[in-house]
Amino acid sequence: MTATASLALRQVGKTYAGRRALVDVSTTFAPGQVSAVLGPNGAGKTTLLGILSTLVPPSAGEVRWGELMLGRASEARARIGYVGHEPGLYGELTARENLTLFAQLYGIAHAAARAEAMLARVGLADVAALAPARTFSRGMSQRLALARALLHEPELLLFDEPAAALDPAGAAWLQTELGAERDAGRVVVLVTHDLEAAAAVAEHVVVLRRGRVVHDESRAGGFGADTLRALYAERTHA
Amino acid sequence: MPEAAANAGTPAASAAPSVAPPVAPSFLRQVARIAAKDLRIEWRSREILATMTFLAVVVVLIFSFAFVVGDARPPSPVTAGILWIAVVVSGTVGLGRTFDRERDGEAIRSLLLSPTSRAAIYLGKLAATVALMLVVEVVLTFLAGLLFSNKVAEQLGSVATLLVLGTIGFAAVGCVFSAALLRSRSRDVLLATLLYPIIVPIVIAGARGTAQLIDPLSPDLDGARFWTQFLVAVDVIFVTLGIWAFEPVVTGE
Repeated sequence: MTATASLALRQVGKTYAGRRALVDVSTTFAPGQVSAVLGPNGAGKTTLLGILSTLVPPSAGEVRWGELMLGRASEARARIGYVGHEPGLYGELTARENLTLFAQLYGIAHAAARAEAMLARVGLADVAALAPARTFSRGMSQRLALARALLHEPELLLFDEPAAALDPAGAAWLQTELGAERDAGRVVVLVTHDLEAAAAVAEHVVVLRRGRVVHDESRAGGFGADTLRALYAERTHA
Repeated sequence: MPEAAANAGTPAASAAPSVAPPVAPSFLRQVARIAAKDLRIEWRSREILATMTFLAVVVVLIFSFAFVVGDARPPSPVTAGILWIAVVVSGTVGLGRTFDRERDGEAIRSLLLSPTSRAAIYLGKLAATVALMLVVEVVLTFLAGLLFSNKVAEQLGSVATLLVLGTIGFAAVGCVFSAALLRSRSRDVLLATLLYPIIVPIVIAGARGTAQLIDPLSPDLDGARFWTQFLVAVDVIFVTLGIWAFEPVVTGE
């Protein structure tokens, strides 16, 4: 696999106890582009992200990343970064300890130095040493979550409502980071309800409704907020 | 916490330097890191250890009020039973909290997304749980020796071997159920309900072996050896099954 490989889904389906969460989802997420996955609650967005992260096996179809097939035991897992609405960190450990632990688990050489570098990047160097992560504000937790997700320089970045409950400054910062990762040539998939945020960064939009893709479009210049709102309302009947 | 300091982060453009190609840590190193992380967190809060120890001591004291009358001491099977009941009760409390740290903040997702093998995660959690239980068992053994039978001190090595083996088997099953109940609201009730029927062989072997060792008249060392070997076999089976079952239960598939 190379850093420029696209992530291709072919007729992916997921069934939970007879309930179909995803049905025949086919799309391609390209590198150097932010893809926004939109849809109302229960549309299957988080399930889709779970499949892309390799933590949820699809019931049907396949997910290919270059020559690799994404699955539970896939070696691609080490190339994926995930930022959810929960920080995915140990609250009792400090920011530095959290990042050092995950850097070690990823087998990164000089884990402590890498953790320091990432803390500096997300602006947490001053608060890294003493305070447990559970005492961090929502904005700081998300910064730390992003630092954890980027530790190993993943080629695929998955974001699940990362800006939920962030203040405007935090949301703007996150948007800048998303843009930076896109410019670095990574595959960036963003699941969100926030159409404004999606319109600001996404050049590819996939709209899900009841587990099915009801719209899949790329635009080189991106989507304006008004256009995206109209498109979303039309496709989801919202 | 100074949010302003956090907002002063360097721009994304000045990204951290690239990392050297990762070298997967050895399996044992992965296990050690998971266990060390759990023990470090516990060392800071001492929350689980304090609760387990308190409960274990209370159980032993309650039984001592019932069975120790004047100079009379309970027979060895009763002493052994009290010791193992205290181990099981306090261990259940510890197991109920084993995956709390992973659940809070969804750290489990980050852990499962890392290249760390599922078996290493399981064995790391198991090692940390066993370590905590053994600390409690040091206190328990001392109390049992003090209150019920001075033979406990005489046979300390053999009793300790039984306790270590029993604890490994108990925690091996318990860690799997604790992971399975990670997102269950009634996990405290369900854990004991699921766990106790399966650990019956461990409790029987541990209690019988301990009773034979601390018999005041004639310790049955051969009998105790049999139960020790039995526990080794049970541990091998339970740990193997635990490694096999951990991934599907922790991912909920």
